[in-house]
Amino acid sequence: MGITQILFWFLTILALVAAIGVISSKNPIYSVLWLIVVFFAISGHYILMNAQFLAIVNIIVYAGAIMVLFLFVIMLMNLNAEAEPVKNVYMKMAGIISGLTLMIVLVAALSHSDVQNTIIRPGTSIGLIKNLGKALFNQYVVPFEISSVLFLSAMIGAIMLGKKDPVKKISL
Amino acid sequence: MHLNHIFLLIDWALFIEKLVLIIVVVMGSLLVAMYSTYAERKVAAFMQDRVGPNRAGPFGILQPVADGVKLFFKEEIVPNFSSKFLFILGPCLAMLTAMMIGAVIPWGDKIHLFGRDISLQIADVNIGILYVFGIVSLGVYGIMIGGWASNNKFSLLGAMRAASQIVSYELAMGISLIALLMITGTLSLNEMVVQQKDHWWNIFKQPLGFLIFLICAFAETNRTPFDLPEAENELIGGYHAEYSSMKLGFYLFSEYINMFLSGAVMATLYFGGYDIPFVNDANLVHNIGVNWLAILEGTVFFIKICCFIFLFMWVRWTVPRFRYDQLMNLGWKILLPLALFNMLVTGALILLKQNHWHF
Amino acid sequence: MQALTNRIKPVSRKPMSIWERMYLPAIFKGMTITFSHMFKKVPTIRYPEKTRPFSPVFRGLQILNRDEEGRENCTACGLCAVACPAEAITMEAAERKPGEEHLYREEKYAAKYEINMLRCIFCGLCEEACPKDAVYLSETFAPANYQRKGFIYGKENLLIPHPKEDPEGFAKARGSRAAHPEGHGNEH
Repeated sequence: MGITQILFWFLTILALVAAIGVISSKNPIYSVLWLIVVFFAISGHYILMNAQFLAIVNIIVYAGAIMVLFLFVIMLMNLNAEAEPVKNVYMKMAGIISGLTLMIVLVAALSHSDVQNTIIRPGTSIGLIKNLGKALFNQYVVPFEISSVLFLSAMIGAIMLGKKDPVKKISL
Repeated sequence: MHLNHIFLLIDWALFIEKLVLIIVVVMGSLLVAMYSTYAERKVAAFMQDRVGPNRAGPFGILQPVADGVKLFFKEEIVPNFSSKFLFILGPCLAMLTAMMIGAVIPWGDKIHLFGRDISLQIADVNIGILYVFGIVSLGVYGIMIGGWASNNKFSLLGAMRAASQIVSYELAMGISLIALLMITGTLSLNEMVVQQKDHWWNIFKQPLGFLIFLICAFAETNRTPFDLPEAENELIGGYHAEYSSMKLGFYLFSEYINMFLSGAVMATLYFGGYDIPFVNDANLVHNIGVNWLAILEGTVFFIKICCFIFLFMWVRWTVPRFRYDQLMNLGWKILLPLALFNMLVTGALILLKQNHWHF
Repeated sequence: MQALTNRIKPVSRKPMSIWERMYLPAIFKGMTITFSHMFKKVPTIRYPEKTRPFSPVFRGLQILNRDEEGRENCTACGLCAVACPAEAITMEAAERKPGEEHLYREEKYAAKYEINMLRCIFCGLCEEACPKDAVYLSETFAPANYQRKGFIYGKENLLIPHPKEDPEGFAKARGSRAAHPEGHGNEH
């Protein structure tokens, strides 16, 4: 068992424990914090696969920005463990059934896939920023540009939302 | 399956060298942070025609030690009805994220010791500046968790302010950085320094980008004029209102470490890092040797950082705090469009240069 | 609304020019001002090592005076107690016994003389009222104390050191006033 494997198992178990923590903790704040741990474990997996760029972008975008906003909203709403509504038995049953169904679908899909091709072996360098950039700007340039325009428009939209209506300006 | 095998695989010399480097960097940043508190009080005093701390030791030079001892001996108070684990986790995270940035900063070129070339950078990862960015974006967790776990409305407000402020200013910071990355073509901080050694410093290529980056750095480190999360006179200390003893010390300390390391990042990105200005390094190596050159470079880098720290303090004692809507206006309506504009112009110029200045 | 005085100044509400809206020039201007202050002379007086000279009209803690031979001047006439607006002074008189001539200047003296420093307003009226030059306001402050009763100063606190036995203490307690006794300020 090499260091890579030890780290792999450590990160996997960490990710699973944290994921269980997300759904089992009563306080939503703790759920969010567990989710951040999950993201870190996944980033660790990316690094093991030599995809440092993906790992750090995962941390910047998900752990650094999106989860901060999640935390922000939950803290502002002041949700406590007591505030959590009691769900009835039928809801729980439905949840369990749908979850199991999803799991069966996933297992069925994965069992037929070719194991040799899907696993990215450690040591490949597709995740490095240079190769990733080349792939994005040659092979996938159209979807990449479309999504970047989408992001830009979303950003400008946010600024426009922030701008006050000039008519409503109070004259002093 | 043999554990011995693993230990044989590790390059022990490299391990020890990195360990020593880590200890030096961590201790160094702690020491600088300690004396930043002293320098801050002295600078504040001089700017306000006062004397500043001058009782502990000559010129008050032992004042940070006295402050540290005082913080250690204060009573530790954990408020009732707050989450104790998260309450302690908050300052720990703040300190951790502050310290982690030091790992990718090139403190100098290499030194030659015991027949080995030792790089003065802990980790030359190929995503260098993105790593810094990721860690900075995590820095807000320390403040948010601490502020929320205090179970105090003022603390929570401080935490909220910190979160929205840091997330907002990260955008403009990132985009101003993209313009720089388009010029350098690398994410590795060490490579950026090497590039700046031979050519102009990046500040001359990206003055607007630097200005935006600087303003955002002020916001990210929660320094005045953007110190709304800890505004003393409106939030009675903000997110660290409930903290006492060394836990408070960690928060205050992490701010100074952030200041030090953001100065280091800015010096690396825009001011040539450890490059000695007006001097040909190749000649210098011949004259004084690798090790002395590395020490000289480290000193020059440190002087650059100290200039930045002084700038941080200078601004703090000059500019009053922003109002919250002004802060958001500045971030979203001014800095972000400016950064986008800067990126566009930079991209256009690079393209023109590639076409040999023909449309 | 009608203005009450003609000194009213209207606030300029005109929108800022582009130069002003950039803020940075103003910030740089402010920064040059703060930077220039770094090289200004510091007006601080480092207190325990250096003290400021008292003004000649300063009125500090009272002292009970002695003459050159070390005899107490006070005759317990009570004029100071009457003059005191804060009613801080109390005293008890006693008759001088034979053989005590070296202690008290006149036949009557104050056996007990107390000033409540919490009540005293340091107005100096006792000094003015005294016909025997016995009570003076010196050049020291009343020091802090932990208890209220510590502020009731008796004769042992108030009496000036003996001029023969402790000439240094005597001169110090007299202060610089002895050199220019006209400098009380109240006379003018």
